[in-house]
Amino acid sequence: MSGRVLVGVKRVIDYAVKIRVKPDNSGVVTDGVKHSMNPFCEIAVEEAVKLKEKKLIKEVVAVSCGPQQAQETIRTALAMGADRGIHVQVTGKDYETLGPLQVSKILAALAKKEDAQLIILGKQAIDDDCNQTGQMTAALLDWPQGTFASEVSMEGDKLKVVREIDGGLEMIKINTPAVVSADLRLNTPRYATLPNIMKAKKKKIANVNPADLGVDLTSRVEILRVDEPPQRQAGVKVETVDDLVGKLKDTGRI
Amino acid sequence: LSIPEGTVTCPLAHRCLRALKTAQTEHVSPQLYTTLHRRACSSVSTPRITTHYTIHPREKDPRWEGIEMERFADEADVVIVGGGPAGLSAAIRLKQLANEQEKELRVCLVEKASQIGAHTLSGACLEPSSLNELIPDWKERGAPLNTPVTEDVFSILTEKYRIPVPILPGLPMVNHGNYIVRLGNFVRWLGEQAEELGVELYPGYAASEVLFHEDGSVKGVATNDVGIAKDGSPKDVFERGMELHAKVTIFGEGCHGHLAKQLYKHFNLRENCEPQTYAIGLKEVWMIDEKKWRPGRVEHSVGWPLNRNTYGGSFLYHLNEGEPLVALGLVVGLDYTNPYLSPFREFQRWKHHPFVAPTLEGGHRIAYGARALNEGGLQSIPKLTFPGGLLIGCSPGFMNVPKIKGTHTAMKSGMLAAETIFAKVTAEDVESETAGLHVPEYAEALKSSWVWKELHAVRNIRPSFHNYFGLYGGMIYTGIFYWIFRGKEPWTLKHCGLDAHQLKPAKDCTPIEYPKPDGKISFDLLSSVALSGTNHEGDQPPHLTLKDDSVPVNRNLAVFDGPEQRFCPAGVYEYVPLESGDGMRLQINAQNCVHCKTCDIKDPSQNINWVVPEGGGGPAYNGM
Repeated sequence: MSGRVLVGVKRVIDYAVKIRVKPDNSGVVTDGVKHSMNPFCEIAVEEAVKLKEKKLIKEVVAVSCGPQQAQETIRTALAMGADRGIHVQVTGKDYETLGPLQVSKILAALAKKEDAQLIILGKQAIDDDCNQTGQMTAALLDWPQGTFASEVSMEGDKLKVVREIDGGLEMIKINTPAVVSADLRLNTPRYATLPNIMKAKKKKIANVNPADLGVDLTSRVEILRVDEPPQRQAGVKVETVDDLVGKLKDTGRI
Repeated sequence: LSIPEGTVTCPLAHRCLRALKTAQTEHVSPQLYTTLHRRACSSVSTPRITTHYTIHPREKDPRWEGIEMERFADEADVVIVGGGPAGLSAAIRLKQLANEQEKELRVCLVEKASQIGAHTLSGACLEPSSLNELIPDWKERGAPLNTPVTEDVFSILTEKYRIPVPILPGLPMVNHGNYIVRLGNFVRWLGEQAEELGVELYPGYAASEVLFHEDGSVKGVATNDVGIAKDGSPKDVFERGMELHAKVTIFGEGCHGHLAKQLYKHFNLRENCEPQTYAIGLKEVWMIDEKKWRPGRVEHSVGWPLNRNTYGGSFLYHLNEGEPLVALGLVVGLDYTNPYLSPFREFQRWKHHPFVAPTLEGGHRIAYGARALNEGGLQSIPKLTFPGGLLIGCSPGFMNVPKIKGTHTAMKSGMLAAETIFAKVTAEDVESETAGLHVPEYAEALKSSWVWKELHAVRNIRPSFHNYFGLYGGMIYTGIFYWIFRGKEPWTLKHCGLDAHQLKPAKDCTPIEYPKPDGKISFDLLSSVALSGTNHEGDQPPHLTLKDDSVPVNRNLAVFDGPEQRFCPAGVYEYVPLESGDGMRLQINAQNCVHCKTCDIKDPSQNINWVVPEGGGGPAYNGM
C-alpha cells in the first residue's frame, strides 16, 4: 500500500466574474480574467489533506493539466497541504479542446505510474459542468467509484462513501483503490495562508508531457459556436383568464 | 396581524395564531410611552451593524478566549504594501540596483487583490517619462502601451450643446507624446517585470496592521486574519495573518489608504499640510460599432451634467488594441455640497449627451468600476517619512490635477524611494537611532525632482475653482496664471477643508431628478456592480466599520438624507425600513464593495472607517 492520493485540480474562471463571449463566438474571453481553483477541487484537496492529517494516507499529490498558469493552482493546493505537484503541460489548440475524456486518460496513466491508492476529484468543473472526469477515470482504471461524496471514511482497506443522490443519501462501501468525486457538503476548505504559500514555493512540481504518459489528446468533440443565453424578455401581466387565453392564442401557443 | 380566526383549521396553527395575538396585545402598552422615552429607547435598540474587531476588540470578547493568536513572522529587507504603479516601480528599482551592485536584497510585496492589476482602475493617459527612466527598453519587453494619442478634444457641455475649447500648446491637458493605456494591464506587466527581477509578489494577501518596534518605529506589517465569521466570532478555519518584518516598509496603498490613515494619526504626519481633497472617478469600458471607432482619440469635457460649482469632468478614450474599445468615465469632486447628488447617476445621464451618445449607440458595455482619486496637489502632501517607513504614490497624493495624471508621478516617487532606501539599507556604517530605518533623504530627493516642480506649477488651479463663478472662474484663472505665467505667481491658494464637511443639510438643497436608465446606454446600479466582478467571502465581518452604529440613522439620514446611499458606486449602503415597522436602519452590503474609499472620505459624520477585508476579495477588474 503506497498510501498515496492523487488529487486533480482545475484552474477555472472565478465564479464571481461576469463571463463574456468572444466576438467571433469561438469561446469565452479568458485573457486577463480572474481565475481560481475550481470550488469542488478545493473541497477535494481539503479532503485529501484531512485524510493525511488522520494518518490514513501518507502522501497527497496535486495534479493539474494546462498551460503555465496551471502551476498557480497547483501552488494553492500545495499551500493547503499537498506534498508535491504534477503539472501536465497542455497548451494551445490541445488545451482548447481538453475535456473529461483526455483528462481522465491522463489521470489513469498517472495513477498507474504513481501507484496511487485513491483519486479524489471535484464532482464537476464550474466552467463546463461536465461531471464526467471522475466516472471516466474509474472506468479506464476499472476501479470502483464513489461519486457526489458528502462523507468519506476508511474502514480497513475499504472505503465508506455517503453519496448525495436525488432521493436523499446513499451509503456504499467500495474496495480500494478507488475514485471519489467531492460534492459541496463534504467539507469546508481551509484558507491557503501566506506562510503556507511561502513554504509551498519549496515543494516540488514535476513537469510532465501527455505524450510521455502515452496519452492521445485528440478530441472527439468539435465546438461549433458559443453564444450568450437569449436575453430574457419582460413578462406581460394580464387582468383576466380571457385575456390570458387571448394572448396565448395570439402568439400561437394554443 | 389580522387573519380571521375562522380560516385557520390546523390545530397547531390555531395555537400559534392565539400565541401571536396575545403577544401583540402585550405590545400595545409601549405606545403609551411619551415620544421622548421612545427616542431614548430607539438609540438603545439600534440593530448591531459593526462586528469587526477593530471596533470591538477581541481581547475583551469571551468568544475569543483560548484561541491561538500567535503569528508566524518572516524577515525581509524591504516590505512594500500595495502592488500598483508606485509599489511595483519601487520594487523593480530596488532589485535593479541590487542586481547591478550584486547585493542580496529580499523585497516582498503584498497586494490585497487576488491578482496584480485586479484592483487597478484609471482613465488612463500615461505620460511615459517615468517608464522611460525605469525600463528604457519597455517596448522590446512588450509593455502594453499600444495607443499613442493622435487627437485631443476638449469641450464645455451644456444640456444639449457643446462648446469646443481649443487645446493650446502649454495648457496642462495637452496629450502629445502620451499613450492611452489600460492601466490594469500595464500594472500586470509591471508585476511580471518585478517577478523576473526576483521580487516576491504576494497577491491575495492584504496588509491589515502596522507593526511597531518598542521604540515606536515601524517594524513591518501583518497580513489579514482569515476565518472570522460575520458576527465576529472565530470559525473552525480561523488562522492568524502573518507578520512581515523589514528594515523599511514602503506604503503604496493608493488614494486614501487605510494603513496610511492610521500612520497619519500615529506619527502626526499631517500637522503642516492641508487636508487632502478628493474626487470619485467612475469608469466603463465599451465595445463600440467599428464605424464609430477613432483609435488614439482623446476627448475631455467639463460642464453638463455638473453645475458650475461642482468640480468634475468626463473622459472618453479610443483604445487601439485590435478591438474597437473605448474607455470612458466621469470624475466628480467630492467637495460637492448637495447631498442629493449621485455621482453614479450623473455619469449615467452624461452618456446620453448628443456629443457622447452617438459613439456608444450600437455598442455594448463590458466593464464598470470606480475609485477615488486625489485632488489636493502640493498643499495636501503630508510628511512623507517616519522611522521605519515612508509613503509613495497616490497614498500621500502626487496627482497633477489639471493634467488628470498621477501615474507618472507615482512611479517616480516609488523609484526615488527605492534609490534612497537602497543607499541606506546597503550602507556599511548605517547608524540609526531607531530599530526601523528612517529615510528622510526620500522626501528631500522628491522635493528636488521634476515631480515637485510639476506639482508646484499647477498648485493653484484646483483651488481656483472655489469662487462665485466656479468652473468658469477656474478656467479663467488657469488661462491667465498657468498658461501665461506658468504657475509662478507668489501665492498659494487654499482648499476649503475636509470634503466630508462640505455637505449642506438636505433641507437646504433640492433633490435632483435623474432620468431612468434605458438599459442600452445608461444602466442601473446593480447590473453595473455585477460587471465589476466584485465579490467577498460572505461570512466575514463587514469591512465598512462604523465607529458608532447609531450615527447613520440619527445624523446622516436625519440631516443629510443618507448621502451614502447615493455616493457609493456599488450600492453598499441602503436605508431599509425596520422589521418592526417604525423607522429605518442602515444595511451594509459589504460584498458589493469595489474598494473605492469614497465612503470613508465623504461620510459627513466621518463615522465610516474602511478597513481591509480578507485578501483576494474586491473587484476583478480586467485591464481597467
